[in-house]
Amino acid sequence: MTTDGAPPPADDPGLSDAAAGMVAAYVHVPFCRRVCPYCDFAVVAGREELAARYVDALVAEIEATPPLDRPLDAVAFGGGTPSRLPAAAVSRVLEALRAVHRVAPDAEVSLEANPEDWTPSLAGALADAGVDRVSLGVQSFDAGVLEWLGRAHTPEQGAAAVAEARRAGFRSVSVDLIFGSPVESHASWQQSVAAAIGLEIDHLSCYALTVEPGTPLSRSVRAGAPSPDPDAQADRYEAAWEAAGAAGLQRYETSNAARPGHACVYNLVTWAGGEYQGFGNGAHRHVGGIRSWNVRRVDRYLERVETGGRATSGEERLDAWGREQERLVLGLRRASGAVIGEAGSALLDSPEGARLVAAGVLAAGGGRLRVARPLLGDAVARAVLGLDPPDPSAGDGTLRAEPREPAG
Amino acid sequence: MNASAPIRNFSIIAHIDHGKSTLADRLLERVGALSAREMRDQVLDSMDLERERGITIKAQAVRLTYRAADGRDYLLNLIDTPGHVDFSYEVSRSLAACEGAVLLVDAAQGVEAQTLANAYLAVESGLEIIPVLNKTDLPAAEPDRVAGELASVLGVDPTEVIRVSAKTGAGVDDLLEAIVHRLPPPVGDPEAPLRALVFDSYYDTYRGVVCYLRVRDGRISTGDRLRFMAAAETLDADEAGVLTPKAVPVASLGPGEVGYLITGVKEIDRLRVGDTVTRADRPAEAPLPGYREPKPMVFSGLFPTDGDDFERLREALEKLRLNDAALVYEPETSRALGFGFRCGFLGLLHMEIVRERLEREYDLDLVTTAPSVAFRVVLPNGSEREVRSPQDLPDEAGRLEIHEPILRVMVITPADYTGTVMELLQQHRGEMSGMQYLTPERVELDYRVPLAEIVFGFFDQLKSRTRGYASLDYEPDGYRRSDLVRVDLLLNSVTVDAFSAIVHRDKAYHYGKRLTEKLREVIPRQLFDVPIQAAIGSRVIARETVKARRKDVIAKCYGGDVTRKRKLLERQKEGKRRLKMVGRVEVPQEAFISVLQVDDD
Repeated sequence: MTTDGAPPPADDPGLSDAAAGMVAAYVHVPFCRRVCPYCDFAVVAGREELAARYVDALVAEIEATPPLDRPLDAVAFGGGTPSRLPAAAVSRVLEALRAVHRVAPDAEVSLEANPEDWTPSLAGALADAGVDRVSLGVQSFDAGVLEWLGRAHTPEQGAAAVAEARRAGFRSVSVDLIFGSPVESHASWQQSVAAAIGLEIDHLSCYALTVEPGTPLSRSVRAGAPSPDPDAQADRYEAAWEAAGAAGLQRYETSNAARPGHACVYNLVTWAGGEYQGFGNGAHRHVGGIRSWNVRRVDRYLERVETGGRATSGEERLDAWGREQERLVLGLRRASGAVIGEAGSALLDSPEGARLVAAGVLAAGGGRLRVARPLLGDAVARAVLGLDPPDPSAGDGTLRAEPREPAG
Repeated sequence: MNASAPIRNFSIIAHIDHGKSTLADRLLERVGALSAREMRDQVLDSMDLERERGITIKAQAVRLTYRAADGRDYLLNLIDTPGHVDFSYEVSRSLAACEGAVLLVDAAQGVEAQTLANAYLAVESGLEIIPVLNKTDLPAAEPDRVAGELASVLGVDPTEVIRVSAKTGAGVDDLLEAIVHRLPPPVGDPEAPLRALVFDSYYDTYRGVVCYLRVRDGRISTGDRLRFMAAAETLDADEAGVLTPKAVPVASLGPGEVGYLITGVKEIDRLRVGDTVTRADRPAEAPLPGYREPKPMVFSGLFPTDGDDFERLREALEKLRLNDAALVYEPETSRALGFGFRCGFLGLLHMEIVRERLEREYDLDLVTTAPSVAFRVVLPNGSEREVRSPQDLPDEAGRLEIHEPILRVMVITPADYTGTVMELLQQHRGEMSGMQYLTPERVELDYRVPLAEIVFGFFDQLKSRTRGYASLDYEPDGYRRSDLVRVDLLLNSVTVDAFSAIVHRDKAYHYGKRLTEKLREVIPRQLFDVPIQAAIGSRVIARETVKARRKDVIAKCYGGDVTRKRKLLERQKEGKRRLKMVGRVEVPQEAFISVLQVDDD
């Protein structure tokens, strides 16, 4: 941490590690105007008539869940499209969280929003409800790319939404961009990044377009449509973070950069292995060393909660070694890296770890390990997951998981 | 059973899918007056018997009693020819036990190369041939045309060709009468010293090696002290018997009779097919002709993907060898692949079968190096050395000449494809030795082709060029001096011995280029650029590069779903297990056989 009172940079190791002791809550909002062809999250389109029931169910689930042992440091509304909910609904959910789970006075309350929903009145009402961070799903400032991605807004609407968020006084404004769609050129991508930075945002997420199984995109790729080119994506990734860094947005995780003091707390908690609650269909939580998740389909979620049942559909408990591997895998997503620890030592001692160090992918120093070439981060993660426990009694990293219901 | 009944010994020669086993079933059913259902019941009985007596029933030589139209009973011994063979030596042993052969040809497909080769073999062995057309019930059948084809290639009288349908049973009676009347009875001297030919053998878990034999002269009785002449083994006849197809022990087998023999020997290579059995107390002066050591022709390195499986591979090979005398192996060390075995096979088919059994029956994950042949290398001091692995080839200064094994190759093809087949044979350094039209539509081509060329994907190319209509047969035909070089492959500047190949100098450049291109396609991108070079000695003849992998990360957030990301990574990790580390480079197993595909243009 810096000593002069100024906030630490987003990639500060102290900030990263402190998040391990914080707690958070994730609230899933499944509703979307339409489902984007690349999306494989637990979403529904055109079912807004369920919204009122859904909010009731969220409140019921929140009230039925025992609180963690400290107030929430972060609340994140994700989706789906949380901006499809009326501000009053968001306010009700926040009230329930405050009442049952307590929300720290300086907690981050973050909400994902789509530009086409983002009206001055909604922005104002959300700010009044206590939302202090908004993450706008702008995705691109290129009309052709937006159309290919199946988005419902124009580049102008994207820029206007960011300006409106600024005006409404949110503490933190973030923009999501997606790169690597086949219709995008390198120049178009650079312009999108420059446009986002030019709007004086506090936080930027750049995600590589990924062909997820089961999506319309995956089906069209299988039928012969062009798929994202990994080399072009690598070029765009590097170009984005170079431009963002020059503008004071420091990359602090594989896909995220922020000005000092604007790193996303909820994300920091998940990467540090901290505890978080999850509410809503398909929501994941990490509480008491157990990862668990809710039923994925909205209708099943409603049925279960309305009949007083548990929304949880599966869970996973890792043994000590599995948790240690996971700590390192998650921690290495951050630019600050992770404390070496048992798994880090085992990695450095392994032939695979030595190869990764030799290739400049993995770097050790100051008691920490870092992924110096984040574009190859999964190679490091696989190497970590392939490590045998140093002490045989620590278990073999296998997990027990209840079956998960099929995607709805 | 009437031991004094006249005997007829015969085989059925047929191309795969021409209906040999259906016809055999039909003969058993007709002669044994058994229904198909009863036959199954009988097989089941035999399996119970197998448990009691510990003998596996393998109907390799079935004795049938047939009451002919003349009212007399005949003993018919149906001797099976091995189904999968690389070279006709194996077939020739079965034929040597017979006086006649049923040449079974699909009335729609016509004569195929291997059938014809085996038919020639039968004629050369002095066997009486009964030509038979099968599947005459099919709408596509052209019995007249195919009978004409048989007449033209074998000189048989078209009117002597019997027409059957093994499926419906039509014509089977005619065939049985022809077997009785056209085939000669066996001749042998019951008073002469015993001479019996071992024509097949297999390993039974309970009884050890079971030999099938055919008695020429003298008698073989249970309890006899026997001498295996080629093996130079003296053994007791624990049990002699016949298969009906149940195994039935008999007191003795006389001239012309066919049956099985159990001696208690456990090692199959002690009792070789082709050997002559005589009596230790009254030995024959000379063995029956024709014994040959099974000689491996094709060699390949077998390496476990996981080095820890080396011992399991050794045990699996030991077990396979119990029942496969032709399989030879010796330990081999590869710098690239670690510890494994150099295995010798009769041919490609044999190699394929062994590899498949090792992977399926013994659950081994193997890397197989490209097959090689046994070259003869003349050294500067004039001595000769056999080189079975490219890495053992001395460099150019250390050798005077290389001689390579040659095959006599027979291809039968529809006449329309003659040009493309000749071109293919030429590309594979074939030299034409003959060509004849079997009919105006079908051509037989005879070539001499280096074995090494046949080993490298020839069969698949022949099939694809002729849409599967051409058939192929081949026989070893000595050695020929050739201008050969070794092409080495360097991965990341390090020679990978497992990729070395000995090829003709004129083809080396093309080979090196295609191999490096192929490897660039199959080797995944690594953390660094991987140069792939082909070289003759120190001279690089081709070069490709696998560019370094730049992106290997799923950058998106999964909204706190840590489990899913980890499972995805675990699955990817499993995929990587099938890669073999060669130096610093991860190489997929398929890369090692891509050497075989360099000619697939």
